[in-house]
Amino acid sequence: MTDTAGKTPAPATPSRLKEVWESDFVWSFRHSPVAIVALVVVLILVLSALFAPLIAPHNPFDPATLNLMNGFTPPGEPNAFTQEVFLLGTDDQGRDVFSTILYGLRISLFVGAAAVFLAMVLGVILGLVAAYLGGWVETIIMRVADVQLTFPAILVAMLIFGIAKGFTPPEYRNEMAIWVLIVAIALSDWVQFARVVRGAALVEKNREYVQAARMIGRSGPAIMMRHILPNILSPVLVIATISLALAIIAEATLSFLGVGAPPTQPSLGTLIRIGQGYLFSGEWWILFFPAVTLLALALSVNLLGDWLRDALNPKLR
Amino acid sequence: MSMVEIRNLRRTFDVSKPWLNRALERLPKQVLTAVSDVSFDIEAQTVYALVGESGSGKSTIGKILVGLLPPSSGTVRVEDIDLATEADAAVRAELRSNIQMIFQDPFASLNPRWRVRDIIVEPVRARGGDTDGLAEKLLEQVGLSALDAVKFPHQFSGGQRQRICVARALASEPRLIVCDEPTSALDVSVQAQVLNLMSDLKENFGLTYLFISHDLTVVRHMADRIGVLYLGQLVEEADPEALFNAPAHPYTQMLLDAAPALDRFGRDEDPPQGEIPDPINPPTGCPFNPRCALATDLCRIERPEMRSFGTGRVACHHAEQAQAT
Amino acid sequence: MEPVLSVRDLVVEIPTRHGVLRPVDHVSYDLAPGEILGVVGESGAGKSMTGNAVIGLLDRPAHIAGGEILLKGQRIDNLPRSRMRRIRGKEIGMVFQDPLTSLNPLLPIGDQLSETIETHLGVSHSQARRRALAALEEVGIPAAADRLDSYPHEFSGGMRQRVVIALALCAEPSLVIADEPTTALDVSVQAQIIALLKRLCRDHGTSVILVTHDMGVIAEAADRVAVMYAGQLAEIGPVQKVLTTPRHPYTDGLVGSMPANSHGQARLRQIPGTMPRLTAIPSGCAFNPRCPQAQDRCRHDPRPQIENGAACWFPLGEPA
Repeated sequence: MTDTAGKTPAPATPSRLKEVWESDFVWSFRHSPVAIVALVVVLILVLSALFAPLIAPHNPFDPATLNLMNGFTPPGEPNAFTQEVFLLGTDDQGRDVFSTILYGLRISLFVGAAAVFLAMVLGVILGLVAAYLGGWVETIIMRVADVQLTFPAILVAMLIFGIAKGFTPPEYRNEMAIWVLIVAIALSDWVQFARVVRGAALVEKNREYVQAARMIGRSGPAIMMRHILPNILSPVLVIATISLALAIIAEATLSFLGVGAPPTQPSLGTLIRIGQGYLFSGEWWILFFPAVTLLALALSVNLLGDWLRDALNPKLR
Repeated sequence: MSMVEIRNLRRTFDVSKPWLNRALERLPKQVLTAVSDVSFDIEAQTVYALVGESGSGKSTIGKILVGLLPPSSGTVRVEDIDLATEADAAVRAELRSNIQMIFQDPFASLNPRWRVRDIIVEPVRARGGDTDGLAEKLLEQVGLSALDAVKFPHQFSGGQRQRICVARALASEPRLIVCDEPTSALDVSVQAQVLNLMSDLKENFGLTYLFISHDLTVVRHMADRIGVLYLGQLVEEADPEALFNAPAHPYTQMLLDAAPALDRFGRDEDPPQGEIPDPINPPTGCPFNPRCALATDLCRIERPEMRSFGTGRVACHHAEQAQAT
Repeated sequence: MEPVLSVRDLVVEIPTRHGVLRPVDHVSYDLAPGEILGVVGESGAGKSMTGNAVIGLLDRPAHIAGGEILLKGQRIDNLPRSRMRRIRGKEIGMVFQDPLTSLNPLLPIGDQLSETIETHLGVSHSQARRRALAALEEVGIPAAADRLDSYPHEFSGGMRQRVVIALALCAEPSLVIADEPTTALDVSVQAQIIALLKRLCRDHGTSVILVTHDMGVIAEAADRVAVMYAGQLAEIGPVQKVLTTPRHPYTDGLVGSMPANSHGQARLRQIPGTMPRLTAIPSGCAFNPRCPQAQDRCRHDPRPQIENGAACWFPLGEPA
């Protein structure tokens, strides 16, 4: 060729880091105060959950460190009997509320993240299979999804939780509770992923690059995994973030209703359930601080999800 | 023997509503005949062009030829192998890598998440072939830089992307390339670059092209032989000079008349009338009869057979009369 | 005679975080009554943006940053949105590439036509209805009286574009802007639509700005042609003169690279390279990196102004 059409000069890349910093994605993050604050809040909460044993002044689940005399200490005031001071007060059994929140956060975040991950894997696989195979496979998957959508997610989760509990031997119930909780929330949440993935995959499937791969003789699974999946990850990521907030709340709701995390491994929801019993007798802090933490976590994750949706939407750029 | 032999090719699509709606609304099944009884040959190292408007079935034929769609009936033999009926998987794989395709939309035909190198070598990698330095070599052959291999498709303009598509099509060293409207999404000056590139590559590698287009001027420039399609039927086939100087089918004549030309300033004659009929309910007899000035009762009843006419072939009851006007 | 439309030094800018882009850069032209001006250029040349600026339909954040637009001697580039909305439809009709964008899918076409006529011409409902029928007949809709109550999806692509043309012309505007009106249509239908547009505008004395990438369409339909490159006018003049004896090297390359102009040649003439992105317009004449005649002056001097129809320091057909 004599022309210079394609001879794009090698770009003078200052550095990989600079490139990322200047990318549209990071730029939109840098210019969204809401997203920055939300990320900071989420990071603080996640880090404090991760390092709870290092940060927490007490281990609320070690009966040896508990002193029943410390019960109902108001936040920031010395206890009437022991003169100990607790930043956020103590509950009825003398457990430090700040420490229980840190440990509760661990459970809440773990259950939420694990449930969303499971729901995502399940939903993405089923959605891809439905889109690629079509026919009766698609009909069955999507009709099951439609039927499940007509029930409130929390009801589905409770149903699954109840059934699973019935099948678990009593001696394992407390140990298994967390895992049952994860599966229950995941099974109530996969529908969203499946529907979005199917819709996006149907669009991608008819694009010419997929036809090109089919023509070469690539197998169905290879095309789904290597060609279609990478192109539909953005909406999946957005749903995963927003689902995380919902899953954390679902877990809290289940725990609040007493069908979730056991009292031996209290999550934020369990703490709120314990706290609401004392709301009207003046010990407001037992309910208030876990509730505010839950609110901050769910709201921040949700706001991050909203920002992500806008940032990844090429139409809004 | 010709490289490609297409005999009585027919392809239908079921365009009915879902069975529940059909049952409730008492609708019959609806079938669209996209390709109807088409036969033609492509000689090795030539360019065979299929021209036609929307609904002519030209893209369907291309997809059948590369194996993206199975034919409903009829045969497609490439180098004496029928992809639809060949039992030996190794032979099928070998033939597949000998046929490649270039698509219309260079923005949709490259996976946006893949690097150019991976896109180009995929046909070879799929067969487990050696891909060392292949992408770089091919990029230079299509007029791009070897440095472009690490970039993503969105960093290129439309014309450059179509060059990448050409490089991918060349990767498995094919003998036949189906080009489905390869330049209709490109600007004129870029179109010239890509067409020149395709001509050069054809000479250098001894390629055979099936060139699908609606643009008569492009077809005239590229083709050694042209087939004109109307509503899924081949209505005329001839060499470019014969077709453009003395079209025998009234539809070909209409197409040539209607195409905008650079030297007909302020043209003020009446344009051809009518539109392409609904392909689900095509006219009986000759598909062109409702728009044809020469149509007789015979044309409305009997579909004309493809017959030899001069150096080409034509499917018209009144071709002699048509060519005289 | 006073021009219907005067565009003077029009500049359209889009502020982005990479700097201010100029998709339209100091474009000027006049449009005489009844004249069809073809605007050609490749994608990204700014041809649609010019039309959108005239009708006040620039997508934010694009905005008019300089120059003026005069419709029958009145400035319309600085009018408030409500005034501009009245001018669109009444004074300026529009035909877009996709007829479905101009038609309301939920309203019968008869209602859409009579509503437009009622609003802009202030006639009674029954009168508007009669005019709508006449408009449909004029654009060649068969059995127009029976089709007044049909919805847009019940028409074929070509018929839909006819309805859009009826809609654009029903309020008797003095100017119609047609942006790629035939690009989505088949060749035979395209010829019909072009012929229709020409006939109607001649009958009504309407001026037309015909924006298209198709030189063939321009050659057959336009009286004058404006060739755009990288947001600027490269050449403007009578269509036959520009297409047969182009003076700007870009026009020359564009016309020369059409396959119709190289019968019997093994290779097509091609312009090397591609149109620059708006973020990287070359200094000097924007065409200089692709121009076979480029000299030092083209690279260093400020971009050439239109002179005798071409914006080039060394126009073709003149001794250098």
